[in-house]
Amino acid sequence: MSTQDPIRRHTISVLVDNEPGVLARVIGLFSGRGYNIESLTVAEVDSNESLSRINIVTSGTPMIIEQIKVQLDRLVPVHKVKDLTLEGPFIDREMALVKVVGTGDKRVEALRIADIFKARVVDATITSFVFEITGIGEDLDRFIDLMRQLGLVDVSRTGAVALSRGTGAF
Amino acid sequence: MSSGTILSGAEIVIKALRDQGVDTIFGYPGGAVLPIYDALFKQNHIRHILVRHEQAAVHAAEGYARSSGKVGVVLVTSGPGATNAVTGLVDALMDSIPIVCLTGQVPTHLIGNDAFQECDTTGITRPATKHNYLVKDVNNLARTLHEAFYVAKSGRPGPVVIDIPKDVQFADGTYRLPGECLPKSYRPQVKPDLNKVEEAVEMLANAKRPIFYVGGGVINSGPVASQLLTQLVRMTGYPCTTTLMGLGAYPAHDQQWLGMLGMHGTYEANLAMHGCDLMISVGARFDDRVTGKVSEFSPNSKKIHIDIDPSNINKNIRVDLPIVGDAAYVLEDMIRIWKARNKRADQAALKEWWDQIAVWRSKDCLKYEKTDKVIKPQYALERLRAAVAGRDDVFISTEVGQHQMWAAQFLPFNKPNRWLTSGGLGTMGYGLPAAIGAQVANPGALCIDVAGEASIMMNIQEMATTMQYRLPVKVFILNNQWMGMVRQWQELLHGSRYSESYSEALPDFVKLAEAFGGVGLRATKVSEVDDVIREMIETPRPVIVDMCVDQKENCFPMIPGGKAHNEMLLGPEERVSDATPEEGMVLV
Ligand SMILES: Cc1cc2nc3c(=O)[nH]c(=O)nc-3n(C[C@H](O)[C@H](O)[C@H](O)COP(=O)(O)OP(=O)(O)OC[C@H]3O[C@@H](n4cnc5c(N)ncnc54)[C@H](O)[C@@H]3O)c2cc1C
Ligand SMILES: Cc1ncc(C[n+]2csc(CCOP(=O)(O)OP(=O)(O)O)c2C)c(N)n1
Ligand SMILES: [Mg+2]
Repeated sequence: MSTQDPIRRHTISVLVDNEPGVLARVIGLFSGRGYNIESLTVAEVDSNESLSRINIVTSGTPMIIEQIKVQLDRLVPVHKVKDLTLEGPFIDREMALVKVVGTGDKRVEALRIADIFKARVVDATITSFVFEITGIGEDLDRFIDLMRQLGLVDVSRTGAVALSRGTGAF
Repeated sequence: MSSGTILSGAEIVIKALRDQGVDTIFGYPGGAVLPIYDALFKQNHIRHILVRHEQAAVHAAEGYARSSGKVGVVLVTSGPGATNAVTGLVDALMDSIPIVCLTGQVPTHLIGNDAFQECDTTGITRPATKHNYLVKDVNNLARTLHEAFYVAKSGRPGPVVIDIPKDVQFADGTYRLPGECLPKSYRPQVKPDLNKVEEAVEMLANAKRPIFYVGGGVINSGPVASQLLTQLVRMTGYPCTTTLMGLGAYPAHDQQWLGMLGMHGTYEANLAMHGCDLMISVGARFDDRVTGKVSEFSPNSKKIHIDIDPSNINKNIRVDLPIVGDAAYVLEDMIRIWKARNKRADQAALKEWWDQIAVWRSKDCLKYEKTDKVIKPQYALERLRAAVAGRDDVFISTEVGQHQMWAAQFLPFNKPNRWLTSGGLGTMGYGLPAAIGAQVANPGALCIDVAGEASIMMNIQEMATTMQYRLPVKVFILNNQWMGMVRQWQELLHGSRYSESYSEALPDFVKLAEAFGGVGLRATKVSEVDDVIREMIETPRPVIVDMCVDQKENCFPMIPGGKAHNEMLLGPEERVSDATPEEGMVLV
């Protein structure tokens, strides 16, 4: 095992049986083996077949990423594991709710920037806004960073969801 | 009785076990499994062996499974019954032993209420099992039971827990037959990619200094895999070494076998691994006890890795040609292609390789001081070896420590499934219950637990189990009055400061055997060794032998933690070349 191997971020999509304990199994695998989770999302995607999709953003050397995938694949309720980062182009999106408190110039500036980022106002009071923003993680990071100087008080993020581009399906 | 019959949950359990071919289970009752015990009482097909501790139930099931090739079955109660079983489950997980463990649970409506003897069994055993289930609906019970057997024995085998609330055991539900119940998702690959097998055969034929590195996966695959492996090794004429878990996969009496490799493996096996140009790993997982220092592990070889579990490939050591599949299938294909292509090893190169190996062999690395002043543990095992020579029905289990390594080095395993040891977890207390399981699976066979005086105390209560079922298990204690393996490391790495490694206040093992109703024998002099061994073998009852051996002996060869294969210590006179580096000190 070479320690010089580059560490890369990968987005991995996992199709699992929607059954109790499946998320605990996946999370336990990551914590038990010391893998890194940058974000993890899960929701049912097929209620007839009772399947859920878990999207995991993780990082590691190629050898670790390979381990993560084969370890996931040997869990009994796991149907498919797909490394979107390796298997061609994909889209990933994340949503954030961002609360900014302020008055005067700062409030106006917050609205202007939200407009540039195509963030929507989903709640407002005389002294606050909640913005909804959807995009890739880096865009959300930049938006949130800008808002810090304009009265940011709270953020809630979903973590990434992802799909491959083109006609191919899982 | 067919599919669709209505039965109580407890009856479904018994019926499903029968349909899975189970004739023996190991267990211990309690409130949360009483309905299942009641159903057991009302039938005569499944035999229940009552152990004296739930950990021992799992180890006994492991011994049963490993010695018979079947799935071992365990039944324990909720709470403490389940938690006591955890060590056994992890042991089976590490060593790839197929186990189905049924645990009782508080009734569904009380789950989560901190009810009496409630614990989160599926939560606790999630990382301790290959898979686990909580069955909340009796109509899923049969399917889950059948699926559990499938999961336990397919792919890389392992333990599966089914947690069954008491109300589910009482409730009536529909029975389903095994064939109707396969999981949708878990389908391990057993047949290899033929292109890769062809590539492997080419590499095999072109090698100059090849070695087969064989592990427990060949035993998991079944006796046919051992036969095929033996055939392939003989066809090629190449050397073969086995891991601790692989002992018996290749006949130990064969000249092409170099002995065990790894930390306490032979000089020739380790140096051949270090110097080879092609390594063919079959069902072995490049454990740290085998590789030593990873960065210096077999630096100049191409590596082929045959394994049923892709997660064991490229985990510790990067290999050149991974082949995913069941060992038996892969070996069969390799033999077929080797023959079809009229392959032949490079005889000149091979001769040179064997000449080199002969030089390493001539070190006679397992030699020890012959003396008549004190019983050397190695001598006791050599005499045991002589006493059972030629017998085909000898099953050896061990505890954990020096005695385990000496047993691996000095006892001959010519066939698979005859050697039961805790390799991955290294669980002291494994040996006696494992021998019980082997004896239950092989009535009439000679089942011997090679033990240490410290380890045996961890599950000594199982002597009562041997008595109850008239299992003539032999406990062969190499009593050195020390946790010898711990002391050896303290000598090597901690300035001989023997912190808590002396076995104080030991019982009189002869009297202890008698207190249980068995037979106790003791040897303190070299001249007594043979008589005691003979009497042990001839006594048709449980026996404890207190073999009082040299207290100072250490186990060699040894590759100290963090060292490479070619840095092994051959005897007490050799010291670690340069002080063990810190990175080696932290290794276990
Ligand atoms: C005190 C102590 C000292 C030890 N010293 C040594 C030592 O010196 N040398 C040594 O070798 N070990 C030693 N061990 C044991 C060591 O810790 C490991 O348990 C052992 O090396 C693992 O053996 P293995 O590689 O054969 O794998 P196993 O644990 O037996 O695993 C089997 C492998 O085969 C695969 N497999 C399973 N089924 C199949 C199939 N049907 N087809 C193909 N592949 C399959 C599995 O996926 C897995 O990779 C020691 C243990 C203790 C407690
Ligand atoms: C349950 C458990 N606890 C602790 C250990 C650590 N350990 C490994 S070997 C050993 C000493 C074993 O002593 P003994 O059974 O007398 O065997 P010997 O080495 O003397 O042959 C200990 C404590 C272990 N392997 N298992
Ligand atoms: Mg001892």
